[in-house]
Amino acid sequence: MLELINLRKAFNPGTINEKKALNGVSIKLEEGDFVTIIGGNGAGKSTTLNAIAGVWPVDEGAILINGQNVTGLSEHQRAKYIGRVFQDPMTGTAATMEIQENLALAARRGQKRSLRWGITRKEKEQYHELLKTLGLGLEDRMTSKVGLLSGGQRQALTLLMATLKKPQILLLDEHTAALDPKTAAKVLQLSDEIIAANHLTAMMVTHNMANAIEYGNRLIMMNDGRIIYDVKGEEKKHLTVDDLMKKFEEASGTTLNNDRMLLSKKG
Amino acid sequence: MDLLLSKLSTFGNALPGDITQGLIWGVLAIGVYLTYKILDFADLTVDGSLGLGGVVAVVLITNGVPVPVAMIIAFLAGCAAGLCTALLNTMLGIPGILAGILTQLALYSVYLDINGKANAPISIDKFPLVISSRYVTAGNEVIDIIRTVGTALIFVLLIIAALYWFFGTEYGMSIRSTGCNPAMSKAEGINTKVTTIITLSLSNGLVGLSGALLAQYQGFADVNMGRGAIVIGLAAVIIGMVLGEVILRKHFNFVGKLAFTAIGAIVYFVVLRIVMLIGLSTDNTKLFSALIVAIFLAVPYIQKSAKTSFRRAGKRSVSADASPTPEPVNAAGKEDK
Repeated sequence: MLELINLRKAFNPGTINEKKALNGVSIKLEEGDFVTIIGGNGAGKSTTLNAIAGVWPVDEGAILINGQNVTGLSEHQRAKYIGRVFQDPMTGTAATMEIQENLALAARRGQKRSLRWGITRKEKEQYHELLKTLGLGLEDRMTSKVGLLSGGQRQALTLLMATLKKPQILLLDEHTAALDPKTAAKVLQLSDEIIAANHLTAMMVTHNMANAIEYGNRLIMMNDGRIIYDVKGEEKKHLTVDDLMKKFEEASGTTLNNDRMLLSKKG
Repeated sequence: MDLLLSKLSTFGNALPGDITQGLIWGVLAIGVYLTYKILDFADLTVDGSLGLGGVVAVVLITNGVPVPVAMIIAFLAGCAAGLCTALLNTMLGIPGILAGILTQLALYSVYLDINGKANAPISIDKFPLVISSRYVTAGNEVIDIIRTVGTALIFVLLIIAALYWFFGTEYGMSIRSTGCNPAMSKAEGINTKVTTIITLSLSNGLVGLSGALLAQYQGFADVNMGRGAIVIGLAAVIIGMVLGEVILRKHFNFVGKLAFTAIGAIVYFVVLRIVMLIGLSTDNTKLFSALIVAIFLAVPYIQKSAKTSFRRAGKRSVSADASPTPEPVNAAGKEDK
């Protein structure tokens, strides 16, 4: 479904601030895989997702979605394959536009945008039903501007938008990190439900090791722009947070340096 | 008392002309609204594309091209000017404001290339112009005055209707999202460079059309007719938004915003007339426009800082804490105490 072959990316190359963010990332995802990604600060977790999404071109390597090489496609050209939810709730939605307009924009992801009316009556009914499933009461506020919603509501809406047109791959980039614990748990639960219901292939970066173990069928750990640990199936189910800490020290030779990850160890 | 009456009568006589002028500038202001408000792009091309539209229309009409055709070409000339700015910005990475300044400057030369000299007169006596200031002054038949104001109004209404349709389409919605959130727009598969190019072209096309109307209305195009036009356009947008918020409140929708942009332009010219009657000299009109825009842009900031400021926090803290407020010290100095 998704294959990354030896991805490399350096930021500010040739300057004193040079940062080799990806140092040969390779992974192959099967259809329906839900991969959680953990790692220290600057390990390359978000960078990997941004490489897949095409925020910038990679220096080396190839990105294949469904067997098709998308490495040379720009961000908006790749968008038809990819659904994304970002860390900042402000990033995924257009604040000055209505809830239903945001959904209508997302429903046309990857399609040519014509001079037909931007949102049809039938769509509005469909969105009304879909929003009901969130259980946030947004179905009665479809003409409200998204800027009026809370962070959690916006993330839930972004999730809906990212999956409205079934993506080949769903990228969740610490999408609950900016939310309070209760809302974060709810949005996470919702993500899991949506992924299961639509049989989506997904990658989720998280700083919460317990969540990384609890959700998904596969877990990868990154350090210094590489994948240092990759576990799936039964073995993953029986992991504990302490196992992960130990694995990290074994594989990287250092202790985990993600402050938020350590703080949320018990979470 | 006599003086007041005479000024009032001057004001009354000038009012239809001021409204017409406001509506013609309203076309420009709606163009500015598209870039400044919808795309979030401060586009200074406007100062050049107004004169360009004016001179293109005048030169074509005086060379025998039918007036409607000349106006369409003036619109397209404006589009081309906007396209230049957009390409400088999206393809060559030049910051938006600078890209607009470059195009605007180049357009002064283009104007002179088209016309050969700074002034391009056109007479209502020789050509079937769509609008002329001759018919709005006192002493004209009421029907002529109404016809002139009505012509300008029809242009504004048609443009509002067309834009309401366009921005409700799939493509128009992608332009709105580009201005609101470029990162999200790219993630939704929108080519934000193309939406920027289309919007800047459309906006300057409207400015070119406004120039074509203005040149006919005043009977000439001039190389300097666009100088400061962006400021008048911004003034109209800002005045319109403030009035619209106050009057329509919750119902201040997209059509309302476009309509109030044109109303903002009318208010601008009416207020300008009033301050001129009070004693502002014509030399100072640009100073006046700059002041209006500065004041309206500053008000939200001042309102915000009136609610929350260090000075006020300091005052409030006095009642909460009896100890004397220390002299401001830097972070290092605080540790020493």
